[in-house]
Amino acid sequence: MMSSNTDSSSTDKALDDIYEDYEHWELNTGDETIHAKRISGFWRNIKWLTGSLWILYFLGYFIRWGDRQAVFFDIGNRQFHIFNFTILPQDFWMLSLLLLFFALLLAASTALFGRVYCGFFCFQTIWTDVYTWIEEKLEGNPAKRRKLDKAKMDFTKFRVKFIKHTLWLIIGFVTGVSFVAWFYDGIQLWKDIFTFQVGSTAAITIAMFTVGTYVLAGFLREQTCFWLCPYARIQSVMIDATSAVVTYDFHRGEPRGRVKKGQPEAERTTGDCVDCKQCIAVCPTGVDIRHGSQEGCINCALCIDACDAVMEKLNRPTGLIRYESLDEIDGKEVRPLLKRPRVWIYSAIMTLALAGIAYGLSTIDAIELKVLHDRQPLFVLQSDGAIQNKYMLKILNKIDRDVSVNISATGPDGLKIIGADKPVKARHGNITPHTVFVRVPSENLNAETMPIVFHIVTTGSGEEQFSSDRESVFIGPRR
Amino acid sequence: MADKNPFPGENNTGHIWDDNIRELDNPPPGWWMISLWASIAFFFGYILLYPSLPIGNEPTKGLLDWTSIGEYQRGLDVVNEVRAPFEEKIKGLTAKQILEDDGLTTYTLASAKVLFGDFCAPCHGGGGQGGPEYPVLVDDNWLYGGAVETIEQTITNGRKGVMTANANILKPEETDALVKAVMSGDPVKEPLYMAKGCVGCHGPDGKGMQVLGSANLTDKIWRFTAADQEQSVRDTIMHGVNFAGDAKTREAIMPVFGDRLSKDEIKKLAVYVYKLGGGQ
Repeated sequence: MMSSNTDSSSTDKALDDIYEDYEHWELNTGDETIHAKRISGFWRNIKWLTGSLWILYFLGYFIRWGDRQAVFFDIGNRQFHIFNFTILPQDFWMLSLLLLFFALLLAASTALFGRVYCGFFCFQTIWTDVYTWIEEKLEGNPAKRRKLDKAKMDFTKFRVKFIKHTLWLIIGFVTGVSFVAWFYDGIQLWKDIFTFQVGSTAAITIAMFTVGTYVLAGFLREQTCFWLCPYARIQSVMIDATSAVVTYDFHRGEPRGRVKKGQPEAERTTGDCVDCKQCIAVCPTGVDIRHGSQEGCINCALCIDACDAVMEKLNRPTGLIRYESLDEIDGKEVRPLLKRPRVWIYSAIMTLALAGIAYGLSTIDAIELKVLHDRQPLFVLQSDGAIQNKYMLKILNKIDRDVSVNISATGPDGLKIIGADKPVKARHGNITPHTVFVRVPSENLNAETMPIVFHIVTTGSGEEQFSSDRESVFIGPRR
Repeated sequence: MADKNPFPGENNTGHIWDDNIRELDNPPPGWWMISLWASIAFFFGYILLYPSLPIGNEPTKGLLDWTSIGEYQRGLDVVNEVRAPFEEKIKGLTAKQILEDDGLTTYTLASAKVLFGDFCAPCHGGGGQGGPEYPVLVDDNWLYGGAVETIEQTITNGRKGVMTANANILKPEETDALVKAVMSGDPVKEPLYMAKGCVGCHGPDGKGMQVLGSANLTDKIWRFTAADQEQSVRDTIMHGVNFAGDAKTREAIMPVFGDRLSKDEIKKLAVYVYKLGGGQ
């Protein structure tokens, strides 16, 4: 309890501070469905445009390349086809570079423009947008939707809801089928679906995607961005005062106040914000952008459209809400793009990752040799005093046909390789193991461990020759 | 506990501690009750479908008639089905013929690896590297010969070589001389080699005789290795190997496997050992 003789004005000040925070603290825990108003505008169009990139996801797998799907992740045969490239699991280090590239792309775009990925590209945003678009077409504007939600179930409500949920489920189902189609022959998959012959893995995956899409885009919606998505949180720490994000220009807008009818513009004492709350009404995550950058804001810029429309009607300049950095709003000097270290670091890493992938794709070996030195025992003493080592050679053949390879080795003087007298057949798309023994006279060994290089080269003089080297060790007794 | 409820209208039970901590009487959330009932339904479903209730000596069978041993057996059947064509071929072939077929050899090496691990590795080591008392299987030195047929014979019938104990017939200085001669790698130069009868088994050239399984004394490989190799040689000369009359004699017996393994298994093992690196 507070003592009674505290200075009352300072108490009031403290209370004001406390309640100011309290007023702004509206935690959206999904108790109420957010029915956002849909309005047209520049950013709305951009959103449709960027969202339509996802059409590729639904239709891309129909593109053919020769007698197969152009992009085909064939897990069963452990081959990954991307147009004319065929990538085997052994080349998967390139995938890590690709992931690195996209991670950095997210970082870079976030540092520059905030959560543009969330607002314009993320499947959660786009699918939710399409789901609510359907909702609006069937149930009407937000006011009607709220009324319908509260209304008692009757035939009309049931019919509308039934159609809506059916459409939602169909979209979820097609989403699932499209996902599986990249790992399966897409056309075959659709045939299998219509003849009820889908395998259990595909069927379970499609079912999970159907339910997942339906629940995430139909019901969880902005709750996913608030509480489920880790990227939303990661991106929050990538933004700084130089990032251009959707911002309310509070210098211009405050003090906000309703427009009084008939009042001449010259007598206005309020800022440009007329407190019409249109920015809140159109927000798909239900936040008030006027509180500043916040966790719920996905930077989709729909509030910019809303605010601009109002400003135009009132003949006030547009851009009260706009893409702008905090520095710029505050009138601080804005550091040019090229003077920000983050831009350089991110670009450098992205370039490196891309260069690595380019290098990898251009130098995918046709055949590849791996050598495993037998460890039990490390070496064997022969009766004439020579030392013998055993090696397991693993020959990976990435060519589209079987080839024969000749094996040779260079290493300590006088080495004799046993088990390589005839060519070894390496099956295509496979690893062929082959055991060889290497014998070296002990007087030629001057260290416990000596380097040895194995060399394979394809046979056949007429065709293109492929080869691969691999260094290993020759181990002898301690000396 | 307070006499008068200071928090009316919030459905508390009247249990209040430390002024304001109180127990509310709210129903559990819907999702929680659904999970509870679903778990109970699962429980009954499971009992019905799978072996579960221990009635009598065996649990109830369950409607699915599922057992873990049954599932294992089905898995094994699948594996055996894959193996069958190879095993069928191996049945009709000798070890030598298997070695001539690359595909069959690869299959044999893969399938005999388990047999080797079970029956051979305890003495000869997982990679055939041997040990101080046990012969190395990966080198080119064989007491009885390194042909695949001989290896097959060795596994089937076992081996028990004998070397007499010489402690009683050698004077200490004669023992020293023989130890030195054997250590030099050229024992035939030593007159005692002839005089004391070593030549009988180890041969006039000191290279041993594969019929008897006597060791080659001229190469770099020791049948019995030790940190102090000279002491090891001395022990062998004095007390022999598998010699009934000497309590300190070395024991070196390769057991008989003919009665424990099938002919085909032994054939596969012979191929495996042959391919370890020393086959001749």
